[in-house]
Amino acid sequence: MLTALHCCAIFDVRTGLDVLARSGPRPMVLAAVLLLLAAWFPAFAQTDPQVRPQPLSMHQVAPGIHLQYGAQEEWMPANAGNVANVGFIVGSRCVAVIDSGGTPEVGRRLRAAVENVTPLPVCYVISTHAHPDHILGNVAFLGVPGGGPRFVAHARLAAALSRRDRAYRNVVLRDFRIALAPEAIVYPTLAVEGVLEIDLGGRLLQLRAWPTAHTDNDLTVLDRQTGTLFLGDLLFVGHIPVLDGRLVGWLAVMAELRGMDVSLAIPGHGPSGRDWPGMMAPQRAYLESLQRETRAAIKRKMTIAQAVEQVGRPVAPEWLLAELFHRRNVTAAYAELEWED
Amino acid sequence: MKTVRRAFTSALLALLGLGLFGGAAQGQLKSGDNPEASEIWQKVRLSLFESRPISTASDGIIVLDAPSRAEDSAVVPVSIRTRFPQSATRYVDKIYLIIDNNPSPISAIFQFTPGSGQADIETRIRIDEYTHVRAIAELNDGKLYMATRWVKASGGCSAPPGKDAQAAQASLGKMRLRIDGDGVAGQPVLAQLMISHPNDSGLAMDQLSRQFTPAHFVRRVDISYAGKPLMSADVDFSISENPNFRFYFLPQGEGELKAEVLDSRDLRFQSSLNFRPAR
Repeated sequence: MLTALHCCAIFDVRTGLDVLARSGPRPMVLAAVLLLLAAWFPAFAQTDPQVRPQPLSMHQVAPGIHLQYGAQEEWMPANAGNVANVGFIVGSRCVAVIDSGGTPEVGRRLRAAVENVTPLPVCYVISTHAHPDHILGNVAFLGVPGGGPRFVAHARLAAALSRRDRAYRNVVLRDFRIALAPEAIVYPTLAVEGVLEIDLGGRLLQLRAWPTAHTDNDLTVLDRQTGTLFLGDLLFVGHIPVLDGRLVGWLAVMAELRGMDVSLAIPGHGPSGRDWPGMMAPQRAYLESLQRETRAAIKRKMTIAQAVEQVGRPVAPEWLLAELFHRRNVTAAYAELEWED
Repeated sequence: MKTVRRAFTSALLALLGLGLFGGAAQGQLKSGDNPEASEIWQKVRLSLFESRPISTASDGIIVLDAPSRAEDSAVVPVSIRTRFPQSATRYVDKIYLIIDNNPSPISAIFQFTPGSGQADIETRIRIDEYTHVRAIAELNDGKLYMATRWVKASGGCSAPPGKDAQAAQASLGKMRLRIDGDGVAGQPVLAQLMISHPNDSGLAMDQLSRQFTPAHFVRRVDISYAGKPLMSADVDFSISENPNFRFYFLPQGEGELKAEVLDSRDLRFQSSLNFRPAR
């Protein structure tokens, strides 16, 4: 009942806002009041799906490959949860979306961006892993005319997502004031074990499911035509790497990635680049030092709390968001490495 | 022991629903200003301690260390220290670890003995939400002392369940028991118990079957030295994956330090080591 009421109110508010915003300073006060209201009522913060969202601003980084760089910031309401790199690849038959953003709204804006570029349908929505800043936009691609896309992910993503489902709903409600509908967390309909090739019409994508690294469900997407590799969060550039899987495994996966023939590498966070495998070097240096120093702390019989205080902050390069994630990385590394001999 | 376990189980059952469907699930709590105002705490308090007074003096008997923000919501280190040595006449009998806004707030009840030497305990917990974390010491004279910390939940990309479910399952029941230092007779010695266990809450729904995956967690730990009980713990899935406990004991001569673990599927694991204090 409440939802229905709010829903109608949103429509009025939005329409009013559009008209007012074009007509001078006085209505701006009213607009500000309305914005305050929107911030106050959780349901107001959600967008009416009827209103066409502002398309994300995309860069064509290779022929037929469109990318939006997310803000190098914490996943939070101030940036509308738009912090991950998201993109799509256009074939002659259809489109593959690779990651969809940190809220349903980012997903809707990505869908609008696809529609700006091509009338072809989206046939695959590929998730590089189960983190909310990459996957919560998937819902925007449900219920497309003609059956809609297949949702593709690592075979272990469904289990990881269902274990996190409740936590994601809580954090989105608490921080973003969005009550996610039951279907708003979308589960894969096509699971990848090992390697899978999909065809967008004259364009083959090679999907590869990796052993536990950044998470236990990392998937990469290689566009065979251009040698463009979407790494998801197996690679961070600028943004400090975040460990939510297995440190030793991540370093091993990076060693394998080095051998791949890549002409353009797209990280999950930060700028893409052509210096392959050179652009992995800062991340490797950080993860190796995290591993070395955490092992030393365990050997010196420090507790996990002491290690978190003392294992060195990374100095060069100056990672973004180190304040937020370095201590956490030490925590996760310690809990993993203390089981080594 | 039996009484503790019964009280624990009934309180757990009574409170499980509360945490799951109560205020915490609304995801709105942001301030830790008034620990006494927590509705869940008031219910926990009533079920565990009825109307007995609980001292919260800051210079008190008990100290709780926890980070102000959960760096990784799956692994939040907590350390509980008590301010006096265990003796036959005056000792900490139990320590209750309460996490108000977790799905099951009563996370652990540790039972100590004079043989513990020092009733300190360190472990790692899961933090679902912004919450008060409380440690309550119950002395052998029945007096209660509480220390409280407000812990903010972490942001999005860590989640309470853990990192790698498959790996946790593969090494289920593997244990490590260790003593730090050589030990001096008559001085408390620090020991650490590590248990490889997924410690599943059973709160995740399998999206294909629409069934909740069955809970599977460590529920009881018993530590003894030279055949005498030292410390025991009734615990649940608020304890992190791969439960980890650091505790003290007072070795009276040479003996076997033994840890026995029982999980919610009645699987039993044990580990032991022989120890002789250096002097």
